[in-house]
Amino acid sequence: MSEHHVVSWRVYLAVFAALCVLTVITVAVTGYDFGPLNLIVALAVAITKASLVVLFFMHARYSPKLTGVVIASSIAFFLILVFLTLTDYLSRPWPLTAAG
Amino acid sequence: MPELAAEAAPGPHDHHHPALQHHFVDLGQQREAAALGMWVFIAQEVLFFGGLFAAYTVYRHQYPAAFSAGSHHLSWKIGFANTLVLIGSSLTMALAVYSAAIGKKIRVVGFILATILLGSVFLGVKYFEYREKIAPCLGDGPHAGCLVPGDRFDASALHLTGAEGGHAQIFFSLYFGMTGLHALHMIIGVPILLTIATMAGRGRFSPEYHTPVEMVGLYWHFVDIIWIFLFPLLYLIGAH
Repeated sequence: MSEHHVVSWRVYLAVFAALCVLTVITVAVTGYDFGPLNLIVALAVAITKASLVVLFFMHARYSPKLTGVVIASSIAFFLILVFLTLTDYLSRPWPLTAAG
Repeated sequence: MPELAAEAAPGPHDHHHPALQHHFVDLGQQREAAALGMWVFIAQEVLFFGGLFAAYTVYRHQYPAAFSAGSHHLSWKIGFANTLVLIGSSLTMALAVYSAAIGKKIRVVGFILATILLGSVFLGVKYFEYREKIAPCLGDGPHAGCLVPGDRFDASALHLTGAEGGHAQIFFSLYFGMTGLHALHMIIGVPILLTIATMAGRGRFSPEYHTPVEMVGLYWHFVDIIWIFLFPLLYLIGAH
């Protein structure tokens, strides 16, 4: 219960270096026109960076399972919010009118 | 048993760590409860920002050209530099928590102050970015370069005309709304960090108990994560 995991400072430096490299990558790919893939790459890099921050800087990797449940549910509810919003907007004529 | 009899009556804080609240079994349980509460707060924050991200998704899908034009007007170099500054502040925050866990009081204060400094640099840069877009809107006469949504919005600065100009106003509404809410979180974080640094300086934390340092760390890292998504979504739309 009171086990307290102390991560080496080297891990934090390695995560920081990885975040910097990923930031350079996300800028570098905008030099190429991949069409819709640009957005996919940008989001993939951002999700990777966010995962590194959550797992190591925020210690989720060393936290109780319940923490993982809270993190997973926050992501799930965010996706529900976006998904259900899009089912509505994408199935209606645009622009919306007062009669809409 | 003369020695025992001579002892003072047991006080409420005998036999346990002074930071332990009485309704917890031990410091470990207290720390886990605090962390769980903080994570639930962060889950709520995800949905707080989530509404803006959902609005962004809908409008970017409908107005890709205006969003691209608006994004290209933002300086990716400034956004890139500020991203590195904010990631750096997350590193110093993580090192502050690490220093607290191994009981290095001076280093905790130093790393928190470094976090505040880097956070302030980020906000300072943001101020100049905002000023560039807001200043032309003020006063009488032409408002060339004004990028605040409204009557004075200058779509010609983005090489847009007609309806596209109106759509670009939606991009800048989301730009100010999302970066503004993010900056507000940082502005709120600074006095909290100062408080924790003061507590650390007064020797309130130890390897056994430094939960407040960890909790403000969770908050600061969360704010970093929001920016990790804002940077590509606002500054890097399409090919440059």
